[in-house]
Amino acid sequence: MKYNKKWFWLFVLPVLVAFTIIVIIPLLTGIYYSFTAWNGRVDQVPQFIGLKNYLLVLKDDGFKSAFIFTTKFTLVSIVIVNVVGFSLALLVTRKLKMSNFMRTIFFMPNLIGGLILGFIWQFIFVGVFQTIGEAFNITFLQGWLSNEKTGFWGLVIILTWQMAGYLMVIYIAALQNIPKELIEASEIDGANAWERVRHIIIPMVAPAFTISIFLTLANSFKLFDQNLALTNGGPGNATEMLALNIYKTAFTFSKYGEAQAKSIVFFIVVAGITLVQVYFSKKKEVEM
Amino acid sequence: MERKKSLRIILYIIGIFTSLLYVSPFYILIVNAFKTKKDLFVSTLKLPAHWTVKNFQVAADKLSLLWDNTSSFWGSSLFNSLFITIGSVTIIVIFTSMAAWMLVRTKSKVSTIIFFMFIAAMLVPFQAVMLPLVALSGKLGLQNKFGLIFMYLGFGSSLSVFLYHGFIKGLPISIEEAAIVDGCSPWQVFWKIVFPTLKPIHITVAALNVIAVWNDFLLPQLMINQKGMQTIPLKMFFFFGGYSKQWHLAMAGLLLAIIPVIIFYFCAQKHIIEGITAGANK
Repeated sequence: MKYNKKWFWLFVLPVLVAFTIIVIIPLLTGIYYSFTAWNGRVDQVPQFIGLKNYLLVLKDDGFKSAFIFTTKFTLVSIVIVNVVGFSLALLVTRKLKMSNFMRTIFFMPNLIGGLILGFIWQFIFVGVFQTIGEAFNITFLQGWLSNEKTGFWGLVIILTWQMAGYLMVIYIAALQNIPKELIEASEIDGANAWERVRHIIIPMVAPAFTISIFLTLANSFKLFDQNLALTNGGPGNATEMLALNIYKTAFTFSKYGEAQAKSIVFFIVVAGITLVQVYFSKKKEVEM
Repeated sequence: MERKKSLRIILYIIGIFTSLLYVSPFYILIVNAFKTKKDLFVSTLKLPAHWTVKNFQVAADKLSLLWDNTSSFWGSSLFNSLFITIGSVTIIVIFTSMAAWMLVRTKSKVSTIIFFMFIAAMLVPFQAVMLPLVALSGKLGLQNKFGLIFMYLGFGSSLSVFLYHGFIKGLPISIEEAAIVDGCSPWQVFWKIVFPTLKPIHITVAALNVIAVWNDFLLPQLMINQKGMQTIPLKMFFFFGGYSKQWHLAMAGLLLAIIPVIIFYFCAQKHIIEGITAGANK
């Protein structure tokens, strides 16, 4: 069956127009603007200046430190969020009486937007941690978000609280797809709990790991709302991540050409690591 | 068996402990939202000494939650958030399901290229298009609520087309062919036969987009951050912009802001979770 061209365009065009105006045109013009002395407007044709913006980006210490901070944050988040998410999935699939209740609770933070989440946790770190720290004389809980280290772990805690429940849902689906016979057979053969996890469960949920690592990677590398609401990059710019750095370059310092060059670097890195990660995970799944 | 029983008890303890840890931020949010300023200063953990609802009145006022400065509901942040969310999700469901169906049913080079473009766009972070979009939308007169809805159609199209595409591929084509033989136009085939059978995936697409649009901060901040158009997340900066924070009001404001989301969650929980599972299998 094939519909004629008129019908094809009638159905496809509305979305395609929106997609083209909102995504494709800004992306292409954005690539061009990154090579110009752009002033952030579309009124006049900006002057072409070659790689000058990119050279400025290379020399920008703020961008460099944001890059390092973001990379560290992403690596730590991938491990912690996935370990927590997978553990929650194991916990709620053990047929406890409160499994459904726990599932609901663990997923709930995911519904709350990053900005509001960041504000809630700002109070917890600054207000509640301080109270507990002073009451029990625990110095470790005092002065949170006032230095890079606590800002970093604050962001990790927020993202874990928010995202682990989401990954849990993905892991639950994967765990439920494991044939019961496989587990029973291993029990008969005398495998202990750890051996079961290592040799049956982990290989069987490998595709879910791929998806989950991909999601955590993308979300933590692109983190913006939580960063803005929790620390706003501070103190100084110690906890400033890439997305926030780009935002401030444009809207605080009005360096549009340079900000656009940073955006393109950001885009290439995000797309690159995503493709590489998916490629290797798919390859590994087959081997396992 | 004795060993198995003690293992279960340990699991219950872990379960209860983890659940408490997970709900503790909600506990903190709720107890402090009902405290007076002085009360909150004394302790952030205890239950309020005097429960007060005044914080909610003040916070709702500062958020312009139910009415703006001219006492009109139509300029309130709740209305703006609802209008933008419902508007965006409605057009996303209608237009992306139409496009996805046609892309599945048409086997041609153009069709394949268009679908590939939607998928490839998932790799593009918002920051890559942000600045040119701000400039372009100003020029095109899109920096208003309707323009914002149009932008959400553009940004939401990739994932939504992808989800519909996957679902429609699994539908039998024979009923549609029979309808064509009986003289239906493709328009009628889509609206009378296909659209109703897409119900499960409509709910999934709608749920995912409701969450994304309702919670979005950056796009409205760039496009409609002016009186009478602001959504709830934008208004939140009232409590966090200044130097001395009024935490009791902020907590009440934050609690008010998350109530709609929590209600939505309890109504649509099953579909949201199904949606994530479906969306993850890409």
